[in-house]
Amino acid sequence: MFPAAFDYRAPTSLDETLSVLKQHGEAAKVMAGGQSLIPLLKLRFSRPELVVDIARLPGLNTIRRDDGHLAIGALVRHVDIAGSKELAKTAPMMVEAANWIADPLVRNRGTLVGSVCHADPAGDWGSVMLALSAEIVARSAASERVLHSSDFFKGPFETALKAEEVATEVRIPVRKGPSGGAYLKLERRVGDFATVAVAVQVELDGDKVASCGIGLTAVGPHNIKATEAERSLDGKEPTDQVIAEAARLAAEAAEPKDDLRGSAAYKKDVVRVFVQRGLKTAIARAKEVKA
Amino acid sequence: MATEVHMHGRIGESIKRKEDGRFIRGKGNYLDDIELPGMLHMAILRSPHAHARISSVDTAAASGMPGVIAVVTGELMAQHKLAWMPTLSYDTQAVLATDKVRFQGQEVAAVIAESKYQAEDARDAIMVDYDVLPAVISPQQAKEAGAALIRDDKENQKDNHIYHWEAGDQETTKAAFAKADKVVRLHTFYPRCHPAPLETCGCIADVNGATGKATIYMTSQAPHAIRTVFALVTGLPEQNIRVISPDIGGGFGNKVPVYPGYVVATAASLLIGRPVKWVEDRTENLISTGFARDFHMTGDLAVDKDGKMLALRVHLDSDNGAFFADAQPTKFKAGLFHIVTGSYDIPTAHVTADGYYTNKAPGGVAYRCSFRVTEASYLIERLVTNAAIELGMDQAEFRMKNFIQPEQFPYHSATGWVYDSGDYPKAMNVALEQLGYDELRKDVKARRKKGEVTGIGIASFTEVVGAGHGAEFDILGLRMFDSAELRVHPTGKAILRMGTKSQGQGHETTFAQIVTEELGIPAADVAVEEGDTDTAPYGLGTYASRSTPVAGAATAMVARKLRDKGRKIAAHLLEAAEEDLEWESGRFYVKGSPDKAKTIQEIAFAAYTNIPDGMEAGLEGVHYYDPPNMTYPFGTYAVVIDIDKGTGQVKVRRVVAVDDCGVRINPMIVEGQIHGGLAEGYGIAFMELITFDPEGNCIGSNFIDYLLPTAWETPRFELGETVTPSPHHPLGAKGVGESPTVGSPAAYVNAVMDALAPYGVTNIDMPVTSDKVWAALRAAGVNE
Amino acid sequence: MKVTLTVNGSDRSGDVEPRVLLVDFLRTNLRLTGTHVGCDTSSCGACTVLIEGEPVKSCTVLAVQATGRSITTVEGLAQGANLSPIQIGFHEEHGLQCGFCTPGMMLVGTSLLERNPNPTEDEIRWAISGNICRCTGYMNIVKAIKHAAMLREAATATTREKAGAAPGGQ
Repeated sequence: MFPAAFDYRAPTSLDETLSVLKQHGEAAKVMAGGQSLIPLLKLRFSRPELVVDIARLPGLNTIRRDDGHLAIGALVRHVDIAGSKELAKTAPMMVEAANWIADPLVRNRGTLVGSVCHADPAGDWGSVMLALSAEIVARSAASERVLHSSDFFKGPFETALKAEEVATEVRIPVRKGPSGGAYLKLERRVGDFATVAVAVQVELDGDKVASCGIGLTAVGPHNIKATEAERSLDGKEPTDQVIAEAARLAAEAAEPKDDLRGSAAYKKDVVRVFVQRGLKTAIARAKEVKA
Repeated sequence: MATEVHMHGRIGESIKRKEDGRFIRGKGNYLDDIELPGMLHMAILRSPHAHARISSVDTAAASGMPGVIAVVTGELMAQHKLAWMPTLSYDTQAVLATDKVRFQGQEVAAVIAESKYQAEDARDAIMVDYDVLPAVISPQQAKEAGAALIRDDKENQKDNHIYHWEAGDQETTKAAFAKADKVVRLHTFYPRCHPAPLETCGCIADVNGATGKATIYMTSQAPHAIRTVFALVTGLPEQNIRVISPDIGGGFGNKVPVYPGYVVATAASLLIGRPVKWVEDRTENLISTGFARDFHMTGDLAVDKDGKMLALRVHLDSDNGAFFADAQPTKFKAGLFHIVTGSYDIPTAHVTADGYYTNKAPGGVAYRCSFRVTEASYLIERLVTNAAIELGMDQAEFRMKNFIQPEQFPYHSATGWVYDSGDYPKAMNVALEQLGYDELRKDVKARRKKGEVTGIGIASFTEVVGAGHGAEFDILGLRMFDSAELRVHPTGKAILRMGTKSQGQGHETTFAQIVTEELGIPAADVAVEEGDTDTAPYGLGTYASRSTPVAGAATAMVARKLRDKGRKIAAHLLEAAEEDLEWESGRFYVKGSPDKAKTIQEIAFAAYTNIPDGMEAGLEGVHYYDPPNMTYPFGTYAVVIDIDKGTGQVKVRRVVAVDDCGVRINPMIVEGQIHGGLAEGYGIAFMELITFDPEGNCIGSNFIDYLLPTAWETPRFELGETVTPSPHHPLGAKGVGESPTVGSPAAYVNAVMDALAPYGVTNIDMPVTSDKVWAALRAAGVNE
Repeated sequence: MKVTLTVNGSDRSGDVEPRVLLVDFLRTNLRLTGTHVGCDTSSCGACTVLIEGEPVKSCTVLAVQATGRSITTVEGLAQGANLSPIQIGFHEEHGLQCGFCTPGMMLVGTSLLERNPNPTEDEIRWAISGNICRCTGYMNIVKAIKHAAMLREAATATTREKAGAAPGGQ
């Protein structure tokens, strides 16, 4: 199983990359770690004329603390996130999620940003981005845009990114209050794509929920932000009843389909179970931070 | 004192494997590692449809692409009378389709090119027009009135029925059922799965136009049988065909059949005059080569009020795919399924089976199983557990009550088998003790009180392996004997060649140890070679756990032949009468004078330098062993599982496996075999599945969909053993490789059913996935 | 396109199409056939090699991506006739049967022990969870990696002693 022929460029500067993309448009495909793209090339589902390998661009492999957010560069790999002390402190849910991505070998090459841009509805990072209210920085030769994750995912393998753009980093807002998160993933076997996964992030204000983010994986045409469920917790004390209601609303937001991984009813129910469990874990973790 | 012989590697010793050296250095020699001068590469175009008439195949564009040497179509093969080939079950199979395609993934055309990338590029450029026909994807659909006729190529085939087959006694079974206090029924589908060895199938055909010699390197578990089949199919004289099986990256039955790719590559090499390599990709392997199972089974067990089994009745519908290409002994259309009475003394039984054509891949091979024994064992062990639950008896106790007792061996089963030896209660007791069954039962009770969903499953399987004997068991008429040729060189070192073919089972070590045991030559001094039909003696190959029972026996027998000759030489050297000599580990000595002795090495040297008058020189021999009976390994497996009520996920907490495979030649290797089989059994029980959508599209066509267990979820296995030697095997050994895949699926599923029994759930078909368990829990009102 | 890289310590190069997979480059151009292809979909790990010491699936890396990188394949594990601890571990503990997954398993094990010289069973099982073995049921692979850890530790202790820093010494 081999890719169809393509041309290959490995620019060494962002400017060069952007000008190549401007020139080639839809015919070009950007590759970072290649862990999503190369399988598509081999299956010949994707047949770009040109592959633009951005792995040799400088400055994109860092996790940087900026004004109010963490900036994660386009070449930061899953394994880097899993091992990041900075993230373990500021966004531990990302560390947890990173260990659920594919398998250890894929994690050594695949990148967070690449995975977000691939926009597989069963991808894990999309839900994490939604739960964390992350932003994606998109650069083109002409401009720079900052896209909120809730505006980013448009459909299966479809994002707001334009053909001439490169996503250079994602930005994770740093929480001010005590916060905690959890990533729960149901897979048929370790390394499998999610049957269902749920990302939950909670910020507390005293005993009450100040804000909450809930992202859902593999239960719709793209990662879903369970907005109603999130809002139902706002300003409330997270009692069992409140949590159960949020879980119910999250399950309602899911639009899964029947497939070999299970029925739609099953997946919805797992969303409910996972949001319930995830909220409890996230709240407990937030309280630990507070303590 | 005579020389002390170093006897490293006798039977029972866990010596390290002799074959490891090349593999750990990355120097194994697998099929795809072989590169011949001028070698071309072949890619096969396969049907995207399950059932369609071919209206045209246009190869013009493909033929003109860079590097392309030839494009082979069914029409071209037909010109050489090679568009169809015989199967191992006396049916025919299309090599390259000419009229219709009958399953998704069927071979339609092939490109031969200078590189494999070029071959695939050109394959994409072949244009085929199809008229799509309705697909038949189950026996139930196959027998419906008006179902599409799949095999319209066969003159007398008016429907999709392939065979009807029976075993046992209908009348006595009926009478016994009439007297039963209780009849327990289980209908279960053992779904299609796939052996999926990590190395796919492939070949390199190298037909030399000048000499007429066809050398075919092939990932084959049965190279000799393949050579004969090739001679019959192609018309090439058999002495001009040399099949070489190099190192094989796992087989599990997948590498027994003859695949169309082998025939096309050979034909292409013949026509082009250059070597042609064909190696499947993973999808080709999963969608077109020998699958396993796909049995729809209904079992009825008649019991009396005391829990004694009275009779068993089984019907099965077998889904054989588009061509009846099962690799199995001729006489038995559903393999050895009639071992279905298992470990139990069931007075009478009746088994009926019907096979059907469907628009699915052909070639029901045994996936680590001796010809459908896995399905049989699964059915009886699931049925027995369900019966125990229904009777309100403990699973273990119900089994104990109905086991064939040790004194009943040799045991004549209701379906005609003669079990050689066994002690089923003992294996059960060892397993229960190792598990701490009584304590665990209490623990289960306590956990259930707390609302946990947990259970224990047991399976006490009986296998039947080591075919022949030859009068009863043959494949395409070839009697299922096996062979060993032993040559002891003047320096006392030896080479053993066999008709079998290791795919990882450690033959180079195990069979050397048999020579050590019988002839006293250290295992390190015995080279074992298999897989080259020009050099090895004829044998039927390695599958169905038959290597140790059959070829292992042949090895012992040939070693004994040489030992007998050695006695004569020793008598000559020691100037003693033969009957005055005693044999002990590697030497003959004169009775009463242990100092007067000759070692096997001294005898070997004399065989070439100093033999008695009238004796043939040399110390070589060959033995073809036709076993008097099958061997019957058995054991008890016990599994403990916990279920997540929220998600339905099953977590295996413990697995205890007690195997009795008779005498263990290399216990380390035996345990490795059991580990592997238990892991594959786990995969089958919980995740491995080849299925089809209504259009006949294969789902499970790559390792993203066809899931194999990883180290993470694979349970940690606790092994135990009992030893009941086979009375008819020269070493007392039975086969073992397949016991764990035969026995364990039922143990895993029985554990789940035990956990769900309090909720009235009686069956979940494999694979037992979390969504199925969730559905059962929610239907019973269990929630989180 | 020209590909230049270091393989098992030697500089190697070749001229390939951009689409050529690293595994094919190693097997076909360099004739290093110890790296195997098992699945084509990045699922099985038979094609595992180390890039800069980290295990990756060489069926999902283009040869051109590896330009300038340092690759270790199974052929690079032994130092001449001396087997590495991981190779000894696999032999001693019967960590292989058909041998097809073995190069990948050994490379993952090697990389794991570099990062974590004394891993627990869970850590080993997690590390090899991207590599499929069909033969062993993983039991003896885990033991083999533990065996290698033990050998490495013993070797380190010996080196330390030789350097005069005996354990327990102040």
